[in-house]
Amino acid sequence: MDKKPLVEIEKISKKFPGVQALDQVSVSFFPGEVHAIIGENGAGKSTLIKIIGGVYQKDGGKIKIKGKECLFNDVNQAKKSGISVIHQELSLIPDLSVAENLCLGREPRLGNSGFINKRAMRKMAKRILRTMELKIDLDVIIRNLSTADRQIIEIARAVSQKAMFVIMDEPTSSLSSREIGTLFKIIKKLKNNGVCVIYVSHILSEVLEIADRITVLKDGCFVRTLSASEAKENLLVKLMVGREIKDYFSRKEKTIGGIVLEVRNLTRDPYFSDISFILRKGEILGISGLVGSGRTELIRSIFAADQFDKGEIILINKKVAFKSPEEAIKNGFGFVPEDRRLQGLILEASVKHNISLPSISATAKFGFVNTTWEQKICEKYVKKLKIRTPTFNSLTRSISGGNQQKIVVAKWLAAISKIMLLDEPTRGIDVNSKSELYSLMNSFTKEGGSIIMVSSELPEILGVADRILVIREGKLTANIDRKDATEEKIMMLASTSKNNGYEVKQ
Amino acid sequence: MKDVRKVIEKIALIIRKQTLIVILFCLAVIISIIQPRFLLPQNLINVLIQIAINALIATGMTFVIISGGIDLSVGSITALCGIVATAIIVKMPEIIIFQSFLLSLTISVIVGFITGGFSGFVISKLNVPPFMATLAMMSIARGFAFVYTQGRPIYGLPESFSWIGQDYIGFIPVVVIIMAIVLLSAHIILARTVFGRRVYAIGSNEEVAKLCGINVSKIKFIVYVISGILSAFAGVCLASRLITGQPNAAVGYELNAIAAVVMGGNSLSGGKGGIGKTIVGLLAIGIINNGLNLMRVSSYWQSITMGAIILTAIIIDQYRKKTD
Repeated sequence: MDKKPLVEIEKISKKFPGVQALDQVSVSFFPGEVHAIIGENGAGKSTLIKIIGGVYQKDGGKIKIKGKECLFNDVNQAKKSGISVIHQELSLIPDLSVAENLCLGREPRLGNSGFINKRAMRKMAKRILRTMELKIDLDVIIRNLSTADRQIIEIARAVSQKAMFVIMDEPTSSLSSREIGTLFKIIKKLKNNGVCVIYVSHILSEVLEIADRITVLKDGCFVRTLSASEAKENLLVKLMVGREIKDYFSRKEKTIGGIVLEVRNLTRDPYFSDISFILRKGEILGISGLVGSGRTELIRSIFAADQFDKGEIILINKKVAFKSPEEAIKNGFGFVPEDRRLQGLILEASVKHNISLPSISATAKFGFVNTTWEQKICEKYVKKLKIRTPTFNSLTRSISGGNQQKIVVAKWLAAISKIMLLDEPTRGIDVNSKSELYSLMNSFTKEGGSIIMVSSELPEILGVADRILVIREGKLTANIDRKDATEEKIMMLASTSKNNGYEVKQ
Repeated sequence: MKDVRKVIEKIALIIRKQTLIVILFCLAVIISIIQPRFLLPQNLINVLIQIAINALIATGMTFVIISGGIDLSVGSITALCGIVATAIIVKMPEIIIFQSFLLSLTISVIVGFITGGFSGFVISKLNVPPFMATLAMMSIARGFAFVYTQGRPIYGLPESFSWIGQDYIGFIPVVVIIMAIVLLSAHIILARTVFGRRVYAIGSNEEVAKLCGINVSKIKFIVYVISGILSAFAGVCLASRLITGQPNAAVGYELNAIAAVVMGGNSLSGGKGGIGKTIVGLLAIGIINNGLNLMRVSSYWQSITMGAIILTAIIIDQYRKKTD
């Protein structure tokens, strides 16, 4: 490329207690390019963009913007230099409207007064949405929007701040394929305007579709920067993992037994209605459906995290009605929720305390925590699940995403769950952790456990599940065997109305 | 030689991590240089006596704050329970003082249970924010204390009632022993039991706690009951020390307790901290007060100095956390 680089990072290093998160990493970013950064969890991607965005301070190395060395002590300094970061954790204010959020921090005022010029604000917000070709009501309160819409708004806000350097950290983690299309349109527009977009993602197909250049990190070190033309999926995986992963979805041996769970006519207004299915011993049942189809609510109701209105749950010939997750857990259920940061883990607690949390009372002696047991169970599962953590007492907050997810799974294994409910278990985690989780699911079912897994990723559902339920707008539209399922078929069942004879509804 | 360096490194680490303890130590040194009387055993015991009642309340407050809540009703409950205890003892013949004391203590604890439990119920079952629920209880409990006494203090208590508040076992005051027992048990409960672990869990993330099978309402309820009962103990100790039942006793004690908890380094947002930190906060407040008394600073200026010192300590601690 003959253009001058917009941002150069030279030999950036960063150390956290117990880990060298980044080790002398150097990359150049050019204007008008989409530059993807990929790597396993813990490879240092998040640390790198947090340093560029001014969230963390580097231990060594240089950041140059247009050839000049810059030192960011906080996020605002980075922002002023035209760097805009869209983080995985959303930063919208839930009780303000779309327009208010879009203009936050730069509200148009009435003259020089402290009052907001509401009309100008609406105009400004409208213009932002129009340039992005988004159709979202300006006056809706953010809280009432779906996660996907929130993410789009978040991106629109960051992009509209005239940033010349936009960093997107896993931007598609809660977007449906249609919304991903919108996002890619936005990215292309930015690129044409000479903006440099840094795209951090685990989903290689997306990276290959959108990126001009791809930088691979591994264990905090720079591996290689490739141009899109020379990058192939298996090459990227090899660079990231250091070995080829064969049989990514390895669901081979299975021993499916008798019925362990039967759900009859389960209804919870307005999320889902009249859903019936069975789950067998040793089976992985996949639930597919669009975001907002009621699939999350369904498994939350089975776990009694929410109460359902009508219907029955029969557990091995015994009708049950759990009043709380406490009872569900006692009956052998485990639940890996959609959002591990908000629902899965106590981030301020140690790895050990998180793993033992659901089962401490069952193993307690006279109300005291059995610390010998706790230590043992923690050692066992950290080893078995290959959880990478400096010590058992490290705070879970400081651990990378894939390892955090393994901790969530470990706590249910420690609680000897028989039926595991997984909601998007591999969201935001790298290929290696993914394949480890899949083999874990295999061994779990082989030992007699059963799994219900909700997933948006069709290849995952098709690769892992033995049977697939498709949910559309709260209704069960299909219950099919894996061998009869294809991506197209599931997509169609998830998004079309049967009565319309497979017509795609807009 | 190596060992010496290791020890020094260890001390350096403690100094870096435990800013508050270091500040506390420096304050103690400064005070003892200005007023060597500070170091007399009798004075040190005085410090402990002075913090004992606040310690009982602050222990309950530690549970509440770690669970992610706040309890503003503790001062009022202390006063109400003091009234209840003295009212019962006054009516009983002095000859059975021990039995009547036990009775009054039991009834006080029951009152503490009911008031704390009521707040806990309103907070956990009716989803009223802790601030509002306990603010209401603060007003209600104080109101009952005034209604019963018609605003007049209860006098005429037998001398022997002052045993708890003023007497010694050996050379250690009874209140200090009570304080030590309460602090130690609270520490064990928080650090070692399943219940303690759950208090931290709900304070850190209620949703996760619920999904891990924790009965969040139950834990919250118990936490406010503990706070109420410890306030009842504090009420009885205070009444015994004053040998009266004062309806307007313990005004502002809730803030002293919160100050001790937070100054020790417990986070108001919950999920973190422990009794150890509360003890540091209690000692800091106790030592500052005692030092100012010894230096004969007028009580008006004491209040100002106290505020300034608390603020400085917390700013230094925050700065240290940020640079860490």
